[in-house]
Amino acid sequence: MGNKTVIPFGPQHPVLPEPLHLDLVIEDEKVLEAIPQIGFVHRGLEKLVSKKDYMQFVLVAERICGICAFGHSLGYSETIEALMKIEVPKRAEYLRVIWHELSRIHSHMLWLGLLADAFGYENLFMQCWRLREVVLDIFEETTGGRVILTACNVGGVEQDIENSELKGIVERLDKMIVEYKQLLKVFLKDRSVKSRLVGVGYISKEDAFKAACVGPFGRASGLEEDIRMFGFGAYGDLADFKLITSNDGDGYARSEVRALEIIQSVDIIKELVDKIPDGPYNQKIKGTPEAGSYAVSRLEQPRGECYYFAKGNGTKFLERFRIRTPTSQNVAGMVQTLQGCDLADVPLNVLTIDPCISCTER
Amino acid sequence: MGSFHLTKMSFKNLVKKPATKMYPVVAPTYTKMTKGHIACDIKTCILCGICEKRCPTYAITVNKPDETWTINRFACIQCYSCVRACPKTCLDMKPDYTKAATEMSTVTIKKPELTAEEKAAKEAAEKEKAERIAKAKAAKDAKDTKAT
Ligand code: SF4
Ligand code: SF4
Repeated sequence: MGNKTVIPFGPQHPVLPEPLHLDLVIEDEKVLEAIPQIGFVHRGLEKLVSKKDYMQFVLVAERICGICAFGHSLGYSETIEALMKIEVPKRAEYLRVIWHELSRIHSHMLWLGLLADAFGYENLFMQCWRLREVVLDIFEETTGGRVILTACNVGGVEQDIENSELKGIVERLDKMIVEYKQLLKVFLKDRSVKSRLVGVGYISKEDAFKAACVGPFGRASGLEEDIRMFGFGAYGDLADFKLITSNDGDGYARSEVRALEIIQSVDIIKELVDKIPDGPYNQKIKGTPEAGSYAVSRLEQPRGECYYFAKGNGTKFLERFRIRTPTSQNVAGMVQTLQGCDLADVPLNVLTIDPCISCTER
Repeated sequence: MGSFHLTKMSFKNLVKKPATKMYPVVAPTYTKMTKGHIACDIKTCILCGICEKRCPTYAITVNKPDETWTINRFACIQCYSCVRACPKTCLDMKPDYTKAATEMSTVTIKKPELTAEEKAAKEAAEKEKAERIAKAKAAKDAKDTKAT
Protein backbone atom coordinates (compact mmCIF):
# COMPACT_ATOMS: atom_id res chain seq x y z
CA MET A 1 0.00 0.00 0.00
CA GLY A 2 1.32 3.40 -0.91
CA ASN A 3 0.64 6.74 0.69
CA LYS A 4 -2.10 9.05 -0.40
CA THR A 5 -0.88 11.88 -2.62
CA VAL A 6 -2.77 14.85 -3.96
CA ILE A 7 -1.99 15.82 -7.54
CA PRO A 8 -3.26 19.13 -8.87
CA PHE A 9 -4.58 18.69 -12.42
CA GLY A 10 -5.38 21.71 -14.58
CA PRO A 11 -6.57 24.41 -15.14
CA GLN A 12 -3.77 24.46 -17.69
CA HIS A 13 -3.07 21.01 -18.97
CA PRO A 14 -2.19 19.88 -22.51
CA VAL A 15 -5.18 17.60 -22.77
CA LEU A 16 -7.78 19.93 -21.29
CA PRO A 17 -9.69 22.01 -23.81
CA GLU A 18 -11.16 24.07 -20.97
CA PRO A 19 -9.88 25.50 -17.68
CA LEU A 20 -11.01 22.97 -15.10
CA HIS A 21 -9.03 22.27 -11.97
CA LEU A 22 -9.08 18.89 -10.23
CA ASP A 23 -7.40 17.87 -7.01
CA LEU A 24 -6.75 14.18 -7.52
CA VAL A 25 -6.24 12.10 -4.39
CA ILE A 26 -4.05 9.27 -5.61
CA GLU A 27 -2.94 5.98 -4.12
CA ASP A 28 -0.87 3.60 -6.22
CA GLU A 29 -1.81 5.23 -9.50
CA LYS A 30 -5.50 4.85 -8.62
CA VAL A 31 -7.66 7.87 -8.13
CA LEU A 32 -9.47 7.70 -4.79
CA GLU A 33 -11.20 11.00 -5.02
CA ALA A 34 -11.40 13.95 -7.37
CA ILE A 35 -12.32 17.41 -6.12
CA PRO A 36 -13.28 19.75 -8.94
CA GLN A 37 -12.88 23.49 -8.88
CA ILE A 38 -14.07 25.99 -11.45
CA GLY A 39 -14.11 29.78 -11.60
CA PHE A 40 -11.13 30.64 -13.76
CA VAL A 41 -12.97 32.21 -16.68
CA HIS A 42 -15.96 33.87 -15.04
CA ARG A 43 -16.98 36.92 -17.05
CA GLY A 44 -20.24 38.01 -15.41
CA LEU A 45 -22.24 37.86 -18.60
CA GLU A 46 -25.61 37.35 -16.88
CA LYS A 47 -25.18 40.66 -15.08
CA LEU A 48 -24.80 42.40 -18.41
CA VAL A 49 -28.60 42.34 -18.87
CA SER A 50 -28.61 45.56 -16.87
CA LYS A 51 -26.32 47.23 -19.44
CA LYS A 52 -27.55 45.85 -22.75
CA ASP A 53 -31.19 45.98 -23.74
CA TYR A 54 -33.08 42.77 -24.44
CA MET A 55 -32.51 43.00 -28.20
CA GLN A 56 -28.78 43.66 -27.84
CA PHE A 57 -28.28 40.95 -25.22
CA VAL A 58 -28.68 38.26 -27.84
CA LEU A 59 -25.20 39.25 -29.02
CA VAL A 60 -23.86 38.69 -25.50
CA ALA A 61 -25.77 35.41 -25.10
CA GLU A 62 -24.12 34.16 -28.24
CA ARG A 63 -20.70 34.82 -26.80
CA ILE A 64 -21.29 32.67 -23.72
CA CYS A 65 -19.80 29.72 -25.53
CA GLY A 66 -17.72 29.46 -28.67
CA ILE A 67 -19.02 26.06 -29.69
CA CYS A 68 -22.74 26.19 -28.99
CA ALA A 69 -22.90 29.90 -29.82
CA PHE A 70 -25.97 29.57 -31.99
CA GLY A 71 -27.69 27.43 -29.38
CA HIS A 72 -27.36 30.11 -26.72
CA SER A 73 -28.72 32.84 -28.98
CA LEU A 74 -31.60 30.49 -29.81
CA GLY A 75 -32.28 29.64 -26.18
CA TYR A 76 -32.21 33.30 -25.17
CA SER A 77 -34.50 34.35 -28.03
CA GLU A 78 -36.99 31.60 -27.20
CA THR A 79 -37.08 32.71 -23.58
CA ILE A 80 -37.71 36.34 -24.48
CA GLU A 81 -40.37 35.27 -26.96
CA ALA A 82 -42.10 33.32 -24.19
CA LEU A 83 -41.74 36.34 -21.90
CA MET A 84 -43.30 38.74 -24.40
CA LYS A 85 -45.69 36.18 -25.95
CA ILE A 86 -44.29 36.60 -29.44
CA GLU A 87 -45.17 34.09 -32.11
CA VAL A 88 -42.28 33.20 -34.38
CA PRO A 89 -42.87 32.69 -38.12
CA LYS A 90 -42.80 29.03 -39.13
CA ARG A 91 -39.97 29.47 -41.60
CA ALA A 92 -37.80 31.07 -38.93
CA GLU A 93 -38.43 28.11 -36.63
CA TYR A 94 -37.27 25.70 -39.30
CA LEU A 95 -34.18 27.74 -40.13
CA ARG A 96 -33.31 27.96 -36.44
CA VAL A 97 -33.45 24.19 -36.04
CA ILE A 98 -31.42 23.67 -39.21
CA TRP A 99 -28.66 25.95 -37.90
CA HIS A 100 -28.89 24.41 -34.46
CA GLU A 101 -28.49 20.89 -35.82
CA LEU A 102 -25.57 22.04 -37.95
CA SER A 103 -24.03 23.38 -34.73
CA ARG A 104 -24.55 20.00 -33.13
CA ILE A 105 -22.73 18.32 -36.01
CA HIS A 106 -19.83 20.74 -35.73
CA SER A 107 -19.69 20.43 -31.94
CA HIS A 108 -19.70 16.62 -31.98
CA MET A 109 -17.10 16.52 -34.77
CA LEU A 110 -14.90 18.83 -32.76
CA TRP A 111 -15.32 16.61 -29.72
CA LEU A 112 -14.59 13.41 -31.66
CA GLY A 113 -11.42 15.07 -32.94
CA LEU A 114 -10.38 16.08 -29.42
CA LEU A 115 -11.09 12.56 -28.21
CA ALA A 116 -8.90 11.10 -30.95
CA ASP A 117 -6.22 13.58 -30.00
CA ALA A 118 -6.52 12.61 -26.32
CA PHE A 119 -5.82 8.98 -27.02
CA GLY A 120 -3.06 9.89 -29.41
CA TYR A 121 -4.60 9.19 -32.81
CA GLU A 122 -3.45 12.33 -34.64
CA ASN A 123 -4.61 11.23 -38.07
CA LEU A 124 -8.15 10.63 -36.89
CA PHE A 125 -8.13 14.00 -35.15
CA MET A 126 -7.20 15.76 -38.39
CA GLN A 127 -9.81 13.92 -40.44
CA CYS A 128 -12.58 14.83 -37.96
CA TRP A 129 -11.65 18.48 -38.06
CA ARG A 130 -11.33 18.42 -41.85
CA LEU A 131 -14.92 17.20 -42.14
CA ARG A 132 -16.02 19.79 -39.61
CA GLU A 133 -14.81 22.46 -42.03
CA VAL A 134 -17.71 21.55 -44.33
CA VAL A 135 -20.17 22.70 -41.66
CA LEU A 136 -18.16 25.83 -40.87
CA ASP A 137 -18.12 26.72 -44.58
CA ILE A 138 -21.89 26.31 -44.69
CA PHE A 139 -22.15 28.67 -41.70
CA GLU A 140 -19.97 31.24 -43.41
CA GLU A 141 -21.95 31.10 -46.63
CA THR A 142 -25.34 31.35 -44.95
CA THR A 143 -24.67 33.78 -42.11
CA GLY A 144 -21.27 35.38 -42.68
CA GLY A 145 -19.68 34.02 -39.50
CA ARG A 146 -17.95 30.73 -38.87
CA VAL A 147 -18.43 30.46 -35.12
CA ILE A 148 -20.39 33.48 -33.94
CA LEU A 149 -23.24 33.48 -36.41
CA THR A 150 -25.46 36.39 -35.30
CA ALA A 151 -28.22 34.62 -37.17
CA CYS A 152 -30.89 34.34 -34.49
CA ASN A 153 -32.73 37.24 -32.99
CA VAL A 154 -35.80 37.78 -30.85
CA GLY A 155 -38.76 37.28 -33.17
CA GLY A 156 -37.10 35.30 -35.91
CA VAL A 157 -33.83 34.95 -37.76
CA GLU A 158 -31.65 37.61 -39.33
CA GLN A 159 -31.09 35.99 -42.70
CA ASP A 160 -33.08 33.72 -44.90
CA ILE A 161 -31.58 30.76 -46.74
CA GLU A 162 -32.95 30.29 -50.25
CA ASN A 163 -34.63 26.94 -50.88
CA SER A 164 -32.12 26.14 -53.63
CA GLU A 165 -29.26 26.87 -51.23
CA LEU A 166 -30.84 24.57 -48.64
CA LYS A 167 -30.86 21.77 -51.24
CA GLY A 168 -27.18 22.48 -51.92
CA ILE A 169 -26.44 22.23 -48.21
CA VAL A 170 -28.13 18.84 -48.00
CA GLU A 171 -26.08 17.59 -50.96
CA ARG A 172 -22.86 18.71 -49.29
CA LEU A 173 -23.85 17.07 -46.02
CA ASP A 174 -24.64 13.86 -47.88
CA LYS A 175 -21.16 13.86 -49.37
CA MET A 176 -19.65 14.58 -45.98
CA ILE A 177 -21.55 11.75 -44.35
CA VAL A 178 -20.12 9.22 -46.84
CA GLU A 179 -16.64 10.17 -45.68
CA TYR A 180 -17.75 10.43 -42.08
CA LYS A 181 -18.97 6.83 -42.10
CA GLN A 182 -15.39 5.72 -42.70
CA LEU A 183 -14.34 7.59 -39.56
CA LEU A 184 -17.29 6.11 -37.72
CA LYS A 185 -15.90 2.66 -38.45
CA VAL A 186 -12.65 3.66 -36.77
CA PHE A 187 -14.38 5.05 -33.69
CA LEU A 188 -16.66 2.05 -33.28
CA LYS A 189 -14.58 -0.87 -34.55
CA ASP A 190 -10.87 -0.07 -34.35
CA ARG A 191 -9.04 -2.25 -31.88
CA SER A 192 -6.72 0.44 -30.55
CA VAL A 193 -9.59 2.88 -30.05
CA LYS A 194 -11.64 0.26 -28.23
CA SER A 195 -8.76 -0.66 -25.97
CA ARG A 196 -8.64 2.98 -24.80
CA LEU A 197 -12.37 3.46 -24.34
CA VAL A 198 -14.24 0.28 -23.47
CA GLY A 199 -14.91 0.06 -19.74
CA VAL A 200 -13.20 3.37 -19.00
CA GLY A 201 -15.09 5.81 -16.78
CA TYR A 202 -18.14 3.66 -16.14
CA ILE A 203 -21.20 5.20 -14.53
CA SER A 204 -24.39 3.20 -13.98
CA LYS A 205 -27.86 4.35 -14.95
CA GLU A 206 -28.88 4.84 -11.30
CA ASP A 207 -25.81 6.89 -10.50
CA ALA A 208 -26.23 8.96 -13.66
CA PHE A 209 -29.85 9.59 -12.69
CA LYS A 210 -28.93 10.56 -9.14
CA ALA A 211 -26.20 12.91 -10.36
CA ALA A 212 -28.75 14.39 -12.82
CA CYS A 213 -26.53 13.81 -15.85
CA VAL A 214 -27.83 15.26 -19.08
CA GLY A 215 -27.12 15.06 -22.78
CA PRO A 216 -25.05 12.40 -24.50
CA PHE A 217 -23.32 11.70 -21.16
CA GLY A 218 -26.63 10.71 -19.55
CA ARG A 219 -27.92 8.96 -22.66
CA ALA A 220 -24.77 6.81 -22.81
CA SER A 221 -25.76 5.47 -19.38
CA GLY A 222 -29.27 4.69 -20.54
CA LEU A 223 -31.12 7.82 -19.37
CA GLU A 224 -33.85 8.51 -21.88
CA GLU A 225 -33.97 12.24 -21.99
CA ASP A 226 -33.52 14.69 -24.79
CA ILE A 227 -35.41 17.97 -24.99
CA ARG A 228 -35.79 17.49 -28.72
CA MET A 229 -38.25 14.65 -28.16
CA PHE A 230 -40.78 17.06 -26.61
CA GLY A 231 -41.17 18.68 -30.00
CA PHE A 232 -40.61 22.36 -29.26
CA GLY A 233 -40.40 24.56 -32.35
CA ALA A 234 -39.79 22.81 -35.63
CA TYR A 235 -38.86 19.57 -33.82
CA GLY A 236 -42.58 19.01 -33.41
CA ASP A 237 -42.97 18.62 -37.16
CA LEU A 238 -40.52 15.73 -37.41
CA ALA A 239 -42.21 12.50 -38.44
CA ASP A 240 -40.22 10.52 -35.94
CA PHE A 241 -37.56 11.21 -33.36
CA LYS A 242 -35.67 8.26 -31.97
CA LEU A 243 -33.46 8.70 -28.97
CA ILE A 244 -29.92 7.43 -29.34
CA THR A 245 -28.99 5.73 -26.10
CA SER A 246 -26.64 3.07 -24.85
CA ASN A 247 -26.57 1.02 -21.68
CA ASP A 248 -22.83 0.59 -21.40
CA GLY A 249 -22.16 3.84 -19.55
CA ASP A 250 -18.46 3.93 -20.42
CA GLY A 251 -16.29 6.14 -22.60
CA TYR A 252 -16.96 3.98 -25.62
CA ALA A 253 -20.73 4.37 -25.20
CA ARG A 254 -20.38 8.15 -24.95
CA SER A 255 -18.39 8.38 -28.15
CA GLU A 256 -20.85 6.02 -29.84
CA VAL A 257 -23.86 8.14 -28.84
CA ARG A 258 -22.24 11.33 -30.06
CA ALA A 259 -20.94 9.74 -33.25
CA LEU A 260 -24.40 8.42 -34.14
CA GLU A 261 -26.07 11.73 -33.27
CA ILE A 262 -24.17 13.35 -36.13
CA ILE A 263 -25.94 11.05 -38.59
CA GLN A 264 -29.26 11.72 -36.82
CA SER A 265 -28.74 15.47 -37.10
CA VAL A 266 -28.12 15.20 -40.83
CA ASP A 267 -31.36 13.24 -41.15
CA ILE A 268 -33.25 15.92 -39.20
CA ILE A 269 -31.85 18.65 -41.45
CA LYS A 270 -32.84 16.68 -44.54
CA GLU A 271 -36.38 16.20 -43.34
CA LEU A 272 -36.80 19.86 -42.38
CA VAL A 273 -35.39 21.05 -45.71
CA ASP A 274 -38.02 18.93 -47.46
CA LYS A 275 -40.81 20.37 -45.33
CA ILE A 276 -39.76 24.00 -44.89
CA PRO A 277 -42.67 26.37 -45.57
CA ASP A 278 -42.32 29.66 -47.44
CA GLY A 279 -43.15 32.92 -45.78
CA PRO A 280 -41.67 35.61 -43.58
CA TYR A 281 -38.67 34.81 -41.44
CA ASN A 282 -38.50 37.89 -39.26
CA GLN A 283 -40.76 40.47 -37.69
CA LYS A 284 -40.50 43.81 -36.02
CA ILE A 285 -40.57 43.62 -32.24
CA LYS A 286 -42.31 46.36 -30.30
CA GLY A 287 -42.75 46.87 -26.60
CA THR A 288 -40.82 45.69 -23.60
CA PRO A 289 -41.19 42.71 -21.25
CA GLU A 290 -43.84 43.42 -18.61
CA ALA A 291 -42.85 44.15 -15.05
CA GLY A 292 -42.89 41.01 -12.92
CA SER A 293 -43.33 38.65 -15.87
CA TYR A 294 -40.97 35.73 -16.11
CA ALA A 295 -40.36 32.86 -18.48
CA VAL A 296 -38.28 29.73 -18.68
CA SER A 297 -37.27 27.65 -21.64
CA ARG A 298 -35.26 24.54 -22.26
CA LEU A 299 -33.11 23.58 -25.18
CA GLU A 300 -31.08 20.53 -26.09
CA GLN A 301 -27.59 21.82 -26.64
CA PRO A 302 -24.89 19.54 -28.08
CA ARG A 303 -23.80 18.87 -24.47
CA GLY A 304 -27.27 18.36 -23.05
CA GLU A 305 -30.21 20.17 -21.59
CA CYS A 306 -29.75 23.88 -21.09
CA TYR A 307 -32.20 25.86 -19.01
CA TYR A 308 -32.92 29.58 -19.41
CA PHE A 309 -34.76 31.93 -17.09
CA ALA A 310 -35.63 35.57 -17.72
CA LYS A 311 -37.55 38.12 -15.71
CA GLY A 312 -38.82 41.44 -17.02
CA ASN A 313 -39.23 44.73 -15.17
CA GLY A 314 -41.19 46.85 -17.62
CA THR A 315 -38.15 48.52 -19.15
CA LYS A 316 -36.09 47.43 -22.12
CA PHE A 317 -33.55 45.94 -19.71
CA LEU A 318 -34.27 42.59 -18.12
CA GLU A 319 -34.49 42.31 -14.35
CA ARG A 320 -32.71 38.98 -14.27
CA PHE A 321 -31.40 36.41 -16.71
CA ARG A 322 -30.04 33.07 -15.74
CA ILE A 323 -28.70 30.01 -17.52
CA ARG A 324 -28.07 26.54 -16.20
CA THR A 325 -25.70 24.87 -18.59
CA PRO A 326 -25.34 21.14 -19.26
CA THR A 327 -21.76 20.94 -17.99
CA SER A 328 -22.68 22.24 -14.55
CA GLN A 329 -25.03 19.24 -14.38
CA ASN A 330 -22.47 16.80 -15.66
CA VAL A 331 -19.56 17.72 -13.40
CA ALA A 332 -21.06 15.66 -10.55
CA GLY A 333 -21.27 12.61 -12.81
CA MET A 334 -17.75 13.21 -14.04
CA VAL A 335 -16.39 13.18 -10.49
CA GLN A 336 -18.03 9.79 -9.98
CA THR A 337 -16.47 8.35 -13.12
CA LEU A 338 -13.08 9.49 -11.87
CA GLN A 339 -13.32 7.61 -8.57
CA GLY A 340 -11.34 4.41 -8.84
CA CYS A 341 -9.96 5.02 -12.32
CA ASP A 342 -6.30 4.92 -13.33
CA LEU A 343 -4.37 8.17 -13.32
CA ALA A 344 -3.66 7.71 -17.03
CA ASP A 345 -7.37 7.61 -17.77
CA VAL A 346 -8.20 10.87 -16.02
CA PRO A 347 -7.76 13.12 -19.09
CA LEU A 348 -9.89 10.80 -21.18
CA ASN A 349 -12.61 10.64 -18.53
CA VAL A 350 -12.74 14.38 -18.22
CA LEU A 351 -12.97 14.68 -21.96
CA THR A 352 -15.73 12.13 -22.46
CA ILE A 353 -18.28 14.32 -20.68
CA ASP A 354 -17.42 17.03 -23.25
CA PRO A 355 -16.91 19.73 -20.63
CA CYS A 356 -17.61 23.31 -21.58
CA ILE A 357 -16.35 25.29 -18.62
CA SER A 358 -16.65 28.74 -20.15
CA CYS A 359 -20.40 28.10 -20.61
CA THR A 360 -20.65 26.92 -17.04
CA GLU A 361 -18.97 29.97 -15.58
CA ARG A 362 -20.33 32.55 -18.04
CA MET B 1 -12.49 -5.45 -34.29
CA GLY B 2 -9.90 -4.49 -36.79
CA SER B 3 -7.27 -1.95 -37.71
CA PHE B 4 -6.15 0.05 -40.72
CA HIS B 5 -9.60 1.54 -41.35
CA LEU B 6 -8.13 4.87 -42.30
CA THR B 7 -5.67 3.53 -44.88
CA LYS B 8 -7.99 4.24 -47.82
CA MET B 9 -8.61 7.78 -46.67
CA SER B 10 -4.91 8.36 -46.04
CA PHE B 11 -3.98 7.23 -49.57
CA LYS B 12 -6.67 9.49 -51.01
CA ASN B 13 -5.32 12.41 -49.04
CA LEU B 14 -1.83 11.70 -50.36
CA VAL B 15 -2.86 12.32 -53.96
CA LYS B 16 -5.40 15.08 -53.31
CA LYS B 17 -4.37 18.70 -53.33
CA PRO B 18 -3.80 20.24 -49.90
CA ALA B 19 -6.85 21.31 -47.88
CA THR B 20 -5.08 24.44 -46.68
CA LYS B 21 -3.84 27.45 -48.63
CA MET B 22 -0.41 29.06 -48.69
CA TYR B 23 -1.53 32.36 -47.19
CA PRO B 24 -0.43 35.14 -47.86
CA VAL B 25 0.93 33.97 -51.25
CA VAL B 26 -2.52 32.68 -52.14
CA ALA B 27 -5.22 35.23 -51.40
CA PRO B 28 -8.04 34.03 -49.13
CA THR B 29 -11.48 33.61 -50.65
CA TYR B 30 -14.47 35.17 -48.97
CA THR B 31 -18.12 34.36 -49.41
CA LYS B 32 -20.67 37.00 -50.30
CA MET B 33 -21.91 36.96 -46.72
CA THR B 34 -18.57 37.05 -44.88
CA LYS B 35 -18.55 39.70 -42.20
CA GLY B 36 -15.33 41.49 -43.00
CA HIS B 37 -15.51 45.16 -42.16
CA ILE B 38 -17.97 48.04 -42.08
CA ALA B 39 -17.71 50.57 -44.87
CA CYS B 40 -19.43 53.95 -44.80
CA ASP B 41 -20.49 55.83 -47.88
CA ILE B 42 -19.88 59.24 -46.37
CA LYS B 43 -21.44 61.12 -49.30
CA THR B 44 -24.95 59.89 -48.46
CA CYS B 45 -24.41 59.90 -44.70
CA ILE B 46 -26.37 62.66 -42.94
CA LEU B 47 -24.38 62.33 -39.67
CA CYS B 48 -27.53 61.57 -37.71
CA GLY B 49 -25.68 59.46 -35.15
CA ILE B 50 -28.17 56.58 -35.05
CA CYS B 51 -25.41 54.08 -35.82
CA GLU B 52 -23.42 55.42 -32.89
CA LYS B 53 -26.38 54.91 -30.55
CA ARG B 54 -27.11 51.40 -31.76
CA CYS B 55 -23.58 50.04 -31.69
CA PRO B 56 -23.32 47.65 -28.70
CA THR B 57 -19.56 48.07 -28.41
CA TYR B 58 -19.43 51.86 -28.86
CA ALA B 59 -17.20 51.41 -31.88
CA ILE B 60 -18.65 54.29 -33.93
CA THR B 61 -18.34 58.00 -33.16
CA VAL B 62 -20.18 60.57 -35.24
CA ASN B 63 -19.06 64.18 -34.96
CA LYS B 64 -21.58 66.48 -36.55
CA PRO B 65 -19.76 69.86 -36.20
CA ASP B 66 -16.58 68.40 -37.74
CA GLU B 67 -18.56 66.31 -40.23
CA THR B 68 -16.62 63.15 -39.47
CA TRP B 69 -17.58 59.52 -39.02
CA THR B 70 -15.12 57.42 -37.02
CA ILE B 71 -14.94 53.68 -36.43
CA ASN B 72 -12.71 51.72 -34.11
CA ARG B 73 -12.32 48.51 -36.07
CA PHE B 74 -10.76 46.75 -33.08
CA ALA B 75 -13.93 47.24 -31.08
CA CYS B 76 -16.36 46.33 -33.84
CA ILE B 77 -17.82 42.84 -33.49
CA GLN B 78 -19.45 42.76 -36.94
CA CYS B 79 -22.94 42.50 -35.55
CA TYR B 80 -24.80 44.31 -38.33
CA SER B 81 -26.75 46.51 -35.86
CA CYS B 82 -25.51 49.74 -37.42
CA VAL B 83 -26.09 48.52 -40.98
CA ARG B 84 -29.70 47.74 -40.14
CA ALA B 85 -30.29 50.94 -38.22
CA CYS B 86 -28.88 53.44 -40.73
CA PRO B 87 -31.79 55.42 -42.22
CA LYS B 88 -29.81 56.30 -45.35
CA THR B 89 -28.48 52.74 -45.94
CA CYS B 90 -25.02 54.17 -46.37
CA LEU B 91 -23.35 51.55 -44.17
CA ASP B 92 -22.39 48.24 -45.68
CA MET B 93 -20.64 45.06 -44.54
CA LYS B 94 -17.77 44.28 -46.90
CA PRO B 95 -16.60 40.66 -47.11
CA ASP B 96 -12.85 41.22 -46.76
CA TYR B 97 -11.12 41.53 -43.41
CA THR B 98 -9.00 44.52 -42.56
CA LYS B 99 -5.25 43.99 -42.19
CA ALA B 100 -3.71 43.04 -38.88
CA ALA B 101 -1.93 45.90 -37.18
CA THR B 102 0.57 46.40 -34.39
CA GLU B 103 -1.29 49.32 -32.91
CA MET B 104 -4.92 50.00 -32.08
CA SER B 105 -6.14 52.73 -34.34
CA THR B 106 -9.38 54.23 -35.56
CA VAL B 107 -10.47 55.11 -39.05
CA THR B 108 -11.97 58.55 -39.55
CA ILE B 109 -13.84 59.55 -42.65
CA LYS B 110 -14.56 63.23 -43.26
CA LYS B 111 -17.37 64.49 -45.38
CA PRO B 112 -15.74 65.82 -48.58
CA GLU B 113 -15.79 69.54 -49.34
CA LEU B 114 -18.64 70.34 -51.67
CA THR B 115 -17.82 71.51 -55.18
CA ALA B 116 -19.19 74.87 -56.34
CA GLU B 117 -22.03 73.17 -58.22
CA GLU B 118 -23.00 71.00 -55.27
CA LYS B 119 -22.88 74.01 -53.00
CA ALA B 120 -25.18 75.94 -55.33
CA ALA B 121 -27.55 72.97 -55.54
CA LYS B 122 -27.60 72.66 -51.78
CA GLU B 123 -28.27 76.34 -51.30
CA ALA B 124 -31.03 76.25 -53.85
CA ALA B 125 -32.59 73.27 -52.11
CA GLU B 126 -32.40 75.00 -48.75
CA LYS B 127 -33.90 78.18 -50.19
CA GLU B 128 -36.73 76.22 -51.74
CA LYS B 129 -37.38 74.47 -48.46
CA ALA B 130 -37.45 77.79 -46.57
CA GLU B 131 -39.87 79.21 -49.12
CA ARG B 132 -42.09 76.16 -48.84
CA ILE B 133 -42.18 76.47 -45.07
CA ALA B 134 -42.91 80.21 -45.25
CA LYS B 135 -45.73 79.56 -47.72
CA ALA B 136 -47.26 76.87 -45.53
CA LYS B 137 -47.00 79.15 -42.51
CA ALA B 138 -48.65 82.02 -44.33
CA ALA B 139 -51.46 79.75 -45.48
CA LYS B 140 -51.96 78.51 -41.93
CA ASP B 141 -52.00 82.07 -40.53
CA ALA B 142 -54.56 83.11 -43.10
CA LYS B 143 -56.73 80.15 -42.18
CA ASP B 144 -56.43 80.94 -38.48
CA THR B 145 -57.43 84.60 -38.93
CA LYS B 146 -60.38 83.50 -41.09
CA ALA B 147 -61.58 81.15 -38.38
CA THR B 148 -61.43 83.84 -35.73
S1 SF4 C 1 -26.84 56.04 -39.18
FE1 SF4 C 1 -26.15 56.21 -41.32
S2 SF4 C 1 -26.66 58.31 -41.88
FE2 SF4 C 1 -26.75 58.24 -39.65
S3 SF4 C 1 -24.67 58.84 -39.00
FE3 SF4 C 1 -24.67 56.60 -39.12
S4 SF4 C 1 -23.93 56.18 -41.17
FE4 SF4 C 1 -24.55 58.32 -41.17
S1 SF4 D 1 -21.19 46.07 -36.86
FE1 SF4 D 1 -21.96 46.20 -34.74
S2 SF4 D 1 -20.11 46.48 -33.51
FE2 SF4 D 1 -19.53 46.94 -35.62
S3 SF4 D 1 -19.76 49.13 -35.78
FE3 SF4 D 1 -21.70 48.23 -36.48
S4 SF4 D 1 -22.99 48.17 -34.65
FE4 SF4 D 1 -20.88 48.53 -33.95
